[in-house]
Amino acid sequence: MIQAIAFYLFAAVVLISAAMTISARNPVHSVLWLILAFFNAAGLMVLVGAEFIAMLLVIVYVGAVAVLFLFVVMMLDIDFAELRAGFVKYFWIGFALALGLVAEIVFYAFGSVWTGSLQLAKPIAPVDPSVPNIQAIGELLYTRYLFVFEGAGLVLLVAMIGAIVLTHRQRKDARPQKISRQINRRAKDAIRNVDAPVGQGVEL
Amino acid sequence: MSVAQTIRSFTLWEFIGAHLKTLSYFFKAKATINYPYEHNPVSPRFRGEHALRRYPNGEERCIACKLCEAICPALAITIEAEPRDDGSRRTTRYDIDMTKCIYCGLCQEACPVDAIVEGPNFEFSTETREELIYQKDKLLENGDRWERAIAANLAADAPYR
Amino acid sequence: MTAWFESLGMMHGWAWFLATIIGILVIALPLMLAVAMIIYADRKIWAAMALRRGPNVVGPLGLLQSFADGLKVFLQETIIPSSSNKVLFLMAPIITFTVALIVWAVIPFQAGVLLANINVGLLYVLAASSLGVYGIILAGWASNSKYPFYSAIRAAAQMVSYEVSIGFVLISVVLWAGTFNLTGIVEAQRGVYGFGIFNGFGFNLLLFPMSVVFFISSLAETQRAPFDLTEAESELVAGYQTEYSSMSFALFWLGEYANVILMCALNAVLFWGGYLPPFDWAPLYAVPGIIWMLAKMSFFFFLFSWVKATVPRYRYDQLMRLGWKIFLPLSLIFVVLVSGFLMFTRFGVPA
Repeated sequence: MIQAIAFYLFAAVVLISAAMTISARNPVHSVLWLILAFFNAAGLMVLVGAEFIAMLLVIVYVGAVAVLFLFVVMMLDIDFAELRAGFVKYFWIGFALALGLVAEIVFYAFGSVWTGSLQLAKPIAPVDPSVPNIQAIGELLYTRYLFVFEGAGLVLLVAMIGAIVLTHRQRKDARPQKISRQINRRAKDAIRNVDAPVGQGVEL
Repeated sequence: MSVAQTIRSFTLWEFIGAHLKTLSYFFKAKATINYPYEHNPVSPRFRGEHALRRYPNGEERCIACKLCEAICPALAITIEAEPRDDGSRRTTRYDIDMTKCIYCGLCQEACPVDAIVEGPNFEFSTETREELIYQKDKLLENGDRWERAIAANLAADAPYR
Repeated sequence: MTAWFESLGMMHGWAWFLATIIGILVIALPLMLAVAMIIYADRKIWAAMALRRGPNVVGPLGLLQSFADGLKVFLQETIIPSSSNKVLFLMAPIITFTVALIVWAVIPFQAGVLLANINVGLLYVLAASSLGVYGIILAGWASNSKYPFYSAIRAAAQMVSYEVSIGFVLISVVLWAGTFNLTGIVEAQRGVYGFGIFNGFGFNLLLFPMSVVFFISSLAETQRAPFDLTEAESELVAGYQTEYSSMSFALFWLGEYANVILMCALNAVLFWGGYLPPFDWAPLYAVPGIIWMLAKMSFFFFLFSWVKATVPRYRYDQLMRLGWKIFLPLSLIFVVLVSGFLMFTRFGVPA
């Protein structure tokens, strides 16, 4: 009963906020609707028993990716007129793409329900409810899918290094602070007490 | 960066020293007074809330010469004057906008009859802005209330003037 | 409590629902009281270290000061800037406050005394604390004013940076405990370290540096001094709260301190044995676990105030350097050390 209410609540909010994401005029509002959608999708994940995925969704997407989105969008100076300029030109391509995606979803979802391979009302994630699903995922990832998993890790590492190499530039003209030097400066390096004679200057 | 300094920075040596210092202060006697119940002595020259004084016979001192209005650098004082029935010149209006006043004390320096003075009172906060625009009756009332303290302060300061 | 409601003839679902609501109230209401008292304690400790007296007029020893302040704030006018984004402007403090409250669902106050004993407790904590930044970003953006906006950008960068090292610290704790469940983590600290007499990962030589890193990162995460760059009054007026007044301001204030207490609780739970007594010695277990828990939280709160009273504010580049160039490599090295040590000692032992 409560699960059903929660499901319809989460699902409805996901759909509404997804629609608002693409229709909101202000890009910051768009990102906020997107965050709401992520959040409620995480709620749906909890309902099907995949709490690990739900938490990852919140931590990674809401906690990190969307913050960066928001960061960028807040600081952008967006010209709305220019954004809408090509709307009619690209409308049909976009519409065709959307139609294709909808067809795929319908085909897959209804097809699998008809053939009986997917039961919608049944939680699908944990095979054995006594095993926490972090452990279940871990056991699969580090045994059966070990090489794929490590390979994915390697690809991400290469991507990260690549991004740094591509965007990092050594500036010759800049004079950045050397913080370790600032921190390691002691009073005796900077101050010299001099007993100045009366009526004379001090030789520095 | 020497090895000793690296060790010191990673063991948070200086932070711990600083924290022990503040902890020793935590147990020290307080340096402040218990303000609303205790007061520090106030100098006779202290410039606090304004007051209009009276002569001992009850006649108000102010003769509406408007020197204070003229000298006030913040333009906080407004005076209107008319001759009274007995022919003496007195104020009909004496306003001080306490939100403008900068407590420079020039008004009491300018006053030839020691009528406007800044008394020793500094606890006159109000809940609304309007209450801080003092009229003549409020200033005279202040004068009556603080007369003893004001007279004592003026007497204490007199030898230096 | 669910069972008790069911015995009154309710359906299981509704009995559970009602029991959860009551559980939330039992945690949230004392928490609000604790926030009021902790603000008072903060001011007192800070004042004492500056040789001042602190609040001592309202009520005995000034104990009611926070309530007087609350009443004052409550009676003030709510000012909404005309050029602000009104919905988001009002939503921001609510988000901050709610997020500060929801994490308490998984904090164990005593063995078995917690609202939700979920398997992914620690991930839930991470997820909820990563939400905390939204309240601040929204407040800064919706105010439509320069200083709050700068503050919001600072806050976002700061919290995201320190969450990285917090994540690695938590991973080393999880590796040692073998579970994400907070009760499980507390139980895993029972009497194993330091000649088998201390309870707490903090007494473990490999995890002690991590506990220090976690403590400092939690200062940065709650934007307490010396990392209170987001409300650096000499630069940003009052930071993201500049345009706020009355109740919305009070909600920020409450949320901030609820977060501080939460971080104190997390320090206690993750590294210093939570509701266990500090020594694994039978007579100490006679004291209820919640007393130990509260004592540890109070101790950490004293540390928070102590640091605030001692250390001057960091510069922003120093803050970023500390997060990315010192804490991140340090915590990564310790993840490697901890997992290496565990591989070495527990290899072949089923988890």
